[in-house]
Amino acid sequence: MIAFNSAKLANGGFTLNADLSVLGGTCTAVIGASGAGKSTLLMALAGFVPVARGSIHVAEKRIDDLPPADRPVSILFQDHNLFGHLTVRDNVALGLRPNLSLSTKDRERVDEALAQVDLHDLADRRPAALSGGQQQRVALARTLLRDRPVLLLDEPFAALGPGLRLEMLALVARLTEERALTTLMVTHNPEDAARICPQAIVVTNGHAVPPQPTQTLLADPPEDLARYLGRTTPQ
Amino acid sequence: MILRRAALLPGFAVLALCAGTVLVLLMTADGSDGLSRADWATLRFTIWQAILSALFSGIVGVTFARALYRTAFPGRGFLITVLGAPFLLPAIVAVLGLLAIWGRGGVVSAGLAPFGYGPIDIYGAHGVIVAHVFFNAPLVARLVLQGWARIPGEQFRLADHLGLTGWYRFRHLEWPMLRTVLPGALLIVFLLCITTFAIALTLGGGPRATTLEVAIYQAIRLEFDLGRAGFLAAIQTGLCLVIAVAVLGLAAPSDTMRGIALRPTSTIRAKGAARFDKGLIALLTLFLASPLVAVLIRGIGGLAELPAGLWETSVRSIILALSSAILVSLLAVPIAWGLAGLRRFAAVAEGAMMVTLAISPFVLAAGLFLMIRDHVSPFAVALPMVVLVNALAALPFALRALVSAFVNAERVEGRLAQSLGLRGWGLWRIVFWPHVRPALGLSAGLAAAVSMGDLGVIALFGSTATQTLPFAMLSLMGAYQMEAAAGVALLLVSLSFALFALFDRWGRA
Repeated sequence: MIAFNSAKLANGGFTLNADLSVLGGTCTAVIGASGAGKSTLLMALAGFVPVARGSIHVAEKRIDDLPPADRPVSILFQDHNLFGHLTVRDNVALGLRPNLSLSTKDRERVDEALAQVDLHDLADRRPAALSGGQQQRVALARTLLRDRPVLLLDEPFAALGPGLRLEMLALVARLTEERALTTLMVTHNPEDAARICPQAIVVTNGHAVPPQPTQTLLADPPEDLARYLGRTTPQ
Repeated sequence: MILRRAALLPGFAVLALCAGTVLVLLMTADGSDGLSRADWATLRFTIWQAILSALFSGIVGVTFARALYRTAFPGRGFLITVLGAPFLLPAIVAVLGLLAIWGRGGVVSAGLAPFGYGPIDIYGAHGVIVAHVFFNAPLVARLVLQGWARIPGEQFRLADHLGLTGWYRFRHLEWPMLRTVLPGALLIVFLLCITTFAIALTLGGGPRATTLEVAIYQAIRLEFDLGRAGFLAAIQTGLCLVIAVAVLGLAAPSDTMRGIALRPTSTIRAKGAARFDKGLIALLTLFLASPLVAVLIRGIGGLAELPAGLWETSVRSIILALSSAILVSLLAVPIAWGLAGLRRFAAVAEGAMMVTLAISPFVLAAGLFLMIRDHVSPFAVALPMVVLVNALAALPFALRALVSAFVNAERVEGRLAQSLGLRGWGLWRIVFWPHVRPALGLSAGLAAAVSMGDLGVIALFGSTATQTLPFAMLSLMGAYQMEAAAGVALLLVSLSFALFALFDRWGRA
């Protein structure tokens, strides 16, 4: 579904090499130490980090020369996913109509998306009046309306408490399944990866390693991943 | 704790001095004749030129900031830093530069002549406004740039991601920021334009372009009508007080004077738009830089024509600048330390210090003139007055920088210091000083540059016996010796910038 073909991603002075493909219709984790380049992988897909060499394809179509808005992806950042001066409803509606002029039918679709993430009663609030988890759910509702086949999650739940995080993970897993999305999720937490992602990409030493089954990866991690996970056995 | 409260005493002294000055003005004020037609015209001009100046400064400043934010080019960081320079530029030097470009004998007039146009004239209301835009558009640009820099990078990416372009991008990303930053910035410019003296004195004048401060000056020095001077000064203070309170209420943005680290967004932009932005930046840079370049070029030629005795004048100006820097440091450090220690009343106390902004340096000087004239000859104390008034003018700025330095020091390292039992001198040296020193260097440098370029106080109190560099410039310009004036201007501006840089360097070393 997603294919990085001998791609060299250049993010400022930092480069990441990726030559891998990701299975469609499921959730894949991206794990690795801080600064290893996990976000770079996602930003290149979303169009914020240029591809210096090679190419990126989604569903057999080359996308690395498209502007961010035309790519078949939706992205959730860790923070600042909403515009503070717009209501929840308008923030979601931006996914449908950037000019916010909505038909009755559009309005229904917005409310429907909000209902999907259980926020229909908060539609008229502004983001500042919402909790962190609620804000991320609003952003998720917007990705539903954008209706792109690829969903990119750049640690969007890192700042949430454990209970809320589990809830959000369940929501992502449900949406991925219902809509047959191809989800890539950057995470610091191996348990999160194991919970909803059958496969995981390890990013280390300037390389993104092709996906492997998450369970085997975590059960018998390669050396640097083991160090990152804090599972090195003292010599 | 008692010591810390006692440290606020200089603050009370400053407030008492300001209040006393206002009181003297009110007591001297003779409003029995009411406002004459000419006075009304002065008041009207003071307000509408300030409104127009703020408006145009806003338009130019925002346009400049927007182009700067969106465009990457070599020297961008330098240009943004230099936008802070007009703050330190003596007004009289800027006037000379603007005359060299926009005056009757200036570059623009010379360029228009072959086509049968011109010469254009910069004297009058429009000249005052052009000079104000020259000074304040860079300030607006810096304040707005800081607003842009505070928009999280994710939001720009989000806008790209959602395909927000043109008007929608402006509406969702930039307008919400401008709405919070711009009113405060424009109000500050408005206040600054109401209280400029040197520009209105040199470029304005006549019944249709006189500001309140120039009218006060004329009442004191030319008409010897102290009752009228007091009356006008009272009106000016009332006007400024209203604006200053409004500025406080809006939580005005503060210019840190430091370089702003900015990266243009990673957006792939249309070539045409980028070229348009670059053209805009070039044009506005030309508007801001050409007067300074003109002063530089003419000044180098004028160095040969420097009048005799200028050596002495320069030394006098330097001593004035250094004295102001020392005085503001002696006042600001204890007051800021005391203010930072107040928990509940900190905001109120700092607000009170900020209200001193409402008493413009010129009005303060006028009040002091009236206060002391029965006891000593004002001309005899001209130089101490320049030092005092300019130190007080720099005080609110210094306090802002220093209070936040003290608060920061205590927030970051306060608990650690307490747990280690740091006290007294050790606490100062290890915890406070590293935070305070940069703020102090900046404030002292500012005070030095401002008093070096002062023309308001020296115009009121000065005589040929106490000539300073700006005063010498004014005399030369009055005698149409523009080359020599440019020579003095070059000297003055080099010395002011050098002193500022010296103090600032010391602070950051």
